[in-house]
Amino acid sequence: MRIACPFCGERESGEFTYLGDASPKRPNFAVDSVAGPEPAEDAFYDYVYLRDNVAGVMREYWYHGGGCRSWLIAERNTVTHEFGSVTAAPGAGATKLAQAGE
Amino acid sequence: MSGYSGSEPLSRTAALDANASGRAAPVSQSHRLRSGGLIDRQSPLQFSFDGKTMTGYAGDTLASALVANGVKLVARSFKYHRPRGIMTAGSEEPSALVEMRTGARREPNTRATTAELYDRLMANSQNRWPSLRRDFMSINSLLAPIFVAGFYYKTFMWPAKFWETVYEPMIRRAAGLGKSAELPDPDHYDKAWAHCDVLVVGGGSAGLSAALAAGRAGARVILCEEDSRVGGRLLSDGGDIDGMHAADWLRRATDELASLPNVRVMTRTALFGVYDGGVYAALERVNDHVAVPGPHQVRQRVWRIVARRSVVTAGAIERPIVFPGNDRPGVMMASAVRTYVNRFAAMPGRRVALFTNNDDGWRTVEAIQRAGGEIAAVVDPRGRAPAKYQAVAGLRDVRVLTGGVSDVKRGVDGVRSIVVTGRNGLTQQIEADCLAVSGGWNPNVGLSCFHRGKPVWRDAIAAFVPGDAPRGMTTAGAANGEFSLGACLRDGHAAGVAAAAECGAAGNAGEAAEACDDIYAISPLWQVKAKGKAFVDFQHDVTASDVTLAQREGFESVEHLKRYTTLGMATDQGKTSNVNGLAIMAEATGRTIPETGTTIYRPPYAPVAIGALAGHHRDENFHAWRLTPSHHWAAELGAVFVDTGLWKRAQWYPKPGEKDWLESVTREVLSVRNSVGFCDVSTLGKVDVLGPDAGTFLDRVYINTFSSLAVGKARYGLMLREDGIVMDDGTTSRLAEDHYFLTTTTAKAGPVMQHLEFCRQVLWPDLDVQLTSATDQWAQFSIAGPKTRDLLQAVIEPSEDLSNEGFPFMGAREVKLRGGIVARLFRISFSGEMAFEMSVPACYGEALARNLMIAGKPFGVTPYGTEALGVMRIEKGHVAGPELNGTTTADDLGLGKMMSKKKDFIGRVMAGREALTAPNRQVVVGVKPVDPVRRLRSGAHVVPKGVIPGPETDQGYVTSVCFSPVLAQWIGLALVERGRGRFGEIVRIHDPLRSEDYEAEICNPVFYDPEGVRQRG
Amino acid sequence: MKYSIFSLAKAALSGHKGWTRAWRDPAPKNHYDVVIIGGGGHGLATAYFLAREYGIRNVAVLEKGWIGSGNAGRNTTIIRSNYGLPGNTGFYELSMKLWERMEQDLNYNAMVSQRGIINLYHSDAQRDAFARRGNTMRINGIDAELLDAAQIRKELPFLNYDSARFPIMGGLAQRRAGTARHDAVVWGYARAADQRGVDIIQNCEVTGFTRINGRISGVETTRGTISAGKVGMAVAGNTSRVAAMAGMKLPIESHVLQAFVSEAIKPLIPGVITFGAGHFYISQSDKGGLVFGGDLDGYNSYAQRGNMPVVEDVCEGGMAVMPMIGRVRMLRQWGGIMDMSMDGTPIIDKTPIDGLYLNAGWCYGGFKATPASGLAFAHLLARDEPHSEAALFRLDRFRRGAMIDEKGQGAQPNLH
Repeated sequence: MRIACPFCGERESGEFTYLGDASPKRPNFAVDSVAGPEPAEDAFYDYVYLRDNVAGVMREYWYHGGGCRSWLIAERNTVTHEFGSVTAAPGAGATKLAQAGE
Repeated sequence: MSGYSGSEPLSRTAALDANASGRAAPVSQSHRLRSGGLIDRQSPLQFSFDGKTMTGYAGDTLASALVANGVKLVARSFKYHRPRGIMTAGSEEPSALVEMRTGARREPNTRATTAELYDRLMANSQNRWPSLRRDFMSINSLLAPIFVAGFYYKTFMWPAKFWETVYEPMIRRAAGLGKSAELPDPDHYDKAWAHCDVLVVGGGSAGLSAALAAGRAGARVILCEEDSRVGGRLLSDGGDIDGMHAADWLRRATDELASLPNVRVMTRTALFGVYDGGVYAALERVNDHVAVPGPHQVRQRVWRIVARRSVVTAGAIERPIVFPGNDRPGVMMASAVRTYVNRFAAMPGRRVALFTNNDDGWRTVEAIQRAGGEIAAVVDPRGRAPAKYQAVAGLRDVRVLTGGVSDVKRGVDGVRSIVVTGRNGLTQQIEADCLAVSGGWNPNVGLSCFHRGKPVWRDAIAAFVPGDAPRGMTTAGAANGEFSLGACLRDGHAAGVAAAAECGAAGNAGEAAEACDDIYAISPLWQVKAKGKAFVDFQHDVTASDVTLAQREGFESVEHLKRYTTLGMATDQGKTSNVNGLAIMAEATGRTIPETGTTIYRPPYAPVAIGALAGHHRDENFHAWRLTPSHHWAAELGAVFVDTGLWKRAQWYPKPGEKDWLESVTREVLSVRNSVGFCDVSTLGKVDVLGPDAGTFLDRVYINTFSSLAVGKARYGLMLREDGIVMDDGTTSRLAEDHYFLTTTTAKAGPVMQHLEFCRQVLWPDLDVQLTSATDQWAQFSIAGPKTRDLLQAVIEPSEDLSNEGFPFMGAREVKLRGGIVARLFRISFSGEMAFEMSVPACYGEALARNLMIAGKPFGVTPYGTEALGVMRIEKGHVAGPELNGTTTADDLGLGKMMSKKKDFIGRVMAGREALTAPNRQVVVGVKPVDPVRRLRSGAHVVPKGVIPGPETDQGYVTSVCFSPVLAQWIGLALVERGRGRFGEIVRIHDPLRSEDYEAEICNPVFYDPEGVRQRG
Repeated sequence: MKYSIFSLAKAALSGHKGWTRAWRDPAPKNHYDVVIIGGGGHGLATAYFLAREYGIRNVAVLEKGWIGSGNAGRNTTIIRSNYGLPGNTGFYELSMKLWERMEQDLNYNAMVSQRGIINLYHSDAQRDAFARRGNTMRINGIDAELLDAAQIRKELPFLNYDSARFPIMGGLAQRRAGTARHDAVVWGYARAADQRGVDIIQNCEVTGFTRINGRISGVETTRGTISAGKVGMAVAGNTSRVAAMAGMKLPIESHVLQAFVSEAIKPLIPGVITFGAGHFYISQSDKGGLVFGGDLDGYNSYAQRGNMPVVEDVCEGGMAVMPMIGRVRMLRQWGGIMDMSMDGTPIIDKTPIDGLYLNAGWCYGGFKATPASGLAFAHLLARDEPHSEAALFRLDRFRRGAMIDEKGQGAQPNLH
């Protein structure tokens, strides 16, 4: 499996660590805790435990630990293992620098 | 197979050496032709098979050398132990498996057909006792009426106890083929990467044509060929190409490929796997053609080839016909007969019968006759020679019989005669010592199906051709169902041009070479139904009646058929058997072959040595060694090292006269407690956290607050996973307003760094903070004991104030060492003593250790290892790995009060779940045996005193233990249900694994200096 | 026909023409009391126990392909009950007890072979963790032994003791563990269930659920709509896909686990051995092949095939601990799709949807669980309450914080 790191170019998958589905979003604690602990726990339960686990194209997190240490968001088909776009996480260092330079 | 042209074969074979057979024993090369063949007659090689010495020539395979020596019986089959010979001349060989080499290099199940001959090659037959000729286990043949497919599922059930003790050992002994070596493999294996635009798989006519086209066009090309030389079927069947003899064309083609700097031809390199993203795996047999690899040489090399496009030109495999006796030694695939005759100048028989259902098989007639052999008869269900051959001179005298071979009679050494049953049902017996068989050709679809693509049936050739190939792969030539030489050359060329163009290489690819296009006509014949065992899978002894039995019992799905009968599961993975099995199943169920379907094709294409797949990563080099900055110094002192992840850490430093580790460790602990010692803790993970939002960031990842930490101060921090369970702990210091220095445990350095980067880059990209891993950049030492300050003053600039006022407990700042190096100094204590941790750039780590030893001499400074470190942390009740086990909460560890209620942090919400805050959770406590000389052991369980241990009464377990030199007894930490309310309670320590059962007292986990006076002193 | 050496001998006289189908090939009926989706080991065992233990015989098992085509036919055939946490310990021991009498129960030789398992340890910390686990086993009445380096060397002299990167310090042994012939387990349950009236329907893929007033009333399939009193899912590897048809999202990810077999060789390895300092475990089949495997590939997958890094990682582990296998050849590699739950532990529970029952999340431990999973799921389907030994395998345990996390890796399925 080869992953096209936007910073380092195409690299072997062994350089990367997989985290999983990139669609769950961490709940905003301040907002969700207004009504007591239950809604917050429900929201975090969804975020931490429940997965669509799609058979098909999935957006997922990969960490280029053996390279630039960037977190990447890759589109990959879980049935064919084919990659689509690979983009840097919003806070990946070089992304920020690039934005700063613009 | 790469088509045929009817011209002379590549090497002009001469008549059989008539004198050879008349020689006295040992019979040498009795079946070798007098001239011809791609063998080097100037290089005779001696070899032995089952202890009998013979000779062959360089260029031979073991199989061809055996053929040349007239050896027919070479193996016994798996189940019935039937005598077997050589069936093929390639890697698809199901029968001629031998044990090669001896001792630690013994390798079972080596196909004689691919083993290149070398001088003093030693091979033995396998799976027979006491000898190949007289195999006691052939008694199984007599039991064959009972040993049908799946018989073992129906019996061996009574009495139940007999399975492990009687039946299974018997079955296991009888099963298996060769014997593996029982010593470590002494050879080395290599692994390498290669990158190219176009990977061409198979160096026959199509592959050469593809490589030439792609190479000329300018693409970077790799051509892999499993054989020791390129040419494929051209080496056996010859032909005319571009108006020249195939041998000349081949020479020209290889010369041109060699002249192209962008083309790499790799022989002895078999592609075995197709993986995702254009990664292919191949095995190069670097030194299998010599007895032992030379010094500093590897035996084999696994290549991971990254290719943008691939062209699979892996040829086709001739398939047998299923008829009684089709497994007899001397029954051989027709193409293999031609290979032995033409390429190796070895005659499989003097009087050869041919059984074919297709035109290609007829080429064997010519080959045998040209070599001076006799054609006993040709059996073709179609009843007459193809038009093309009717004019061939020698054919006039050949008997052509309609019908099929219905039995093969065998003498001691193999085929003696065949029985032919005509369409009218009449039989006749024909004397022959070799039966060449061709049931047609199966394109080699395996590689194209490794991504679960299904092959497609093509009626014209009665075979499957590739269907959905993996992305980036095309197939060409015989692998694509093109069976004429002309078509192979054209198809390969076109595929090469297209693949190169897709990689942006559009140079002049020249024209495809030309050769004639013969018609390949086949009249499918799968099976001759007659009395007797007719084999489908030769190695696994699966017969036609096994297939129909499976069908009768409902195992109709091809995968059920495979699993129930073991059809296609032998070392050849069904290359010669699968399609025939499908055909018989199709007939039994009244379906077509494509409706019946194929089993899943799985890598590797041909079996690969496990050692090759491991490469150099074995023994001590299984994983990397990480050495601490003071490693060499510690080794000089004779330290005993312990593996901590990849790290080698000094565990203790034994001194002469000390009787065991406990004595050394106790000395180290007491030295620290009474004077001063130091320990290399460089393995802790270290992260510089920088930026204006660094404090906010740490507040979100730790359960406690760091934004409020004053510059120049350190604080213990605990971080949770998002599920509320403790992830890691460590001390983090604030070195400047926008600079924190965070430490992690040794074990979690990597995962925590990854987690922090996730938080920064994904969760909170708006925070202005940067992270830098500094684990390897800093050597860090813990210096502990009442004399710590004295020792430090000897290595630190005198201007630095280390007094309690000038450097209070939990202080952290940079200091200058004598000599000018700047160090980071942290007044933190894991041992409970007055202590500092000091970081210096890693390159000074060893020097610092040596300096501390010199400067500390007056105080009796003692280096201590991880054991003493562990003892002191248990005495102080600090939690570590055994307590941070991935299931404990902050409160379980006694650190619940650290959880801030004023902020969000990772894990806060989930940590509040009902079961994680239940009052009956197991929490960290101290334990000490009631009997002070009793040794405590980790992993022992805790049950209430006076109850019988059971699932209901099991209340926890001992996590960490040590002998406390201070308390002069064994103590430990434990996770115990409701433990914090039970201090003083006597419980039962139950350790059935080690047959121990004793009482212990639950106590405060802080055994030593609970008020913390010493560390603040 | 009852299977025995006598029936075999008798059949041999007539050229084995007398054997009939091991299980029928019925057309689906319109209605069943219970429909089980998934003709793997778990689904078939569930049907068998429903019929045998709970007297519910109007049962169909629906299989989209051929029975045993999922993980039942792809695993490395190991059976063991060496678990350390409440919930797991008793359940897997129940399973082990059912394995021990399976052949007699089913009249089918599944080749249950109790040749033992040894988990090697290479550090003090690992020894302590094994001691904790082994003691848990013993306290639960399960056999376990903690062996030191000398004992291991005596028992397994062929391992690497002299040049190991991570020296072998000892091992945790369970003598009653071993292997079983995976396909035979499927066929044995199928035949036994069929004999008790269960309809096994192959090539019948479920495409949706039917509901009446919110309650599941049946399934839509490629062979028509089938109504059912209750529907049970036992579709490991595809759980999320089937659950999605019912509108459910689960704490499960699908991951590929590869497995490998070598060419057949004469007996070399006595039982099951696991390497504690890398990802490698191995046993030898009755046919002679070394059956081995290691870690998950690590990424979500439905592809039933993996990649080279894990092939290499596994073989490296093999050569680190057992360098005598260097010249033995890997014959075949394949992949199965694991139902990786968020704590590494299975789920046998009712779903929030009335009439729909879930058996899922088996991670890479499903094969050994087959008999107990079948019994416990049958109990749940028959009685609407969990079996006593599966009482902690609840779906809501994640919400409650009552995870059963043997590896302590948290909600990161690829690390379990």
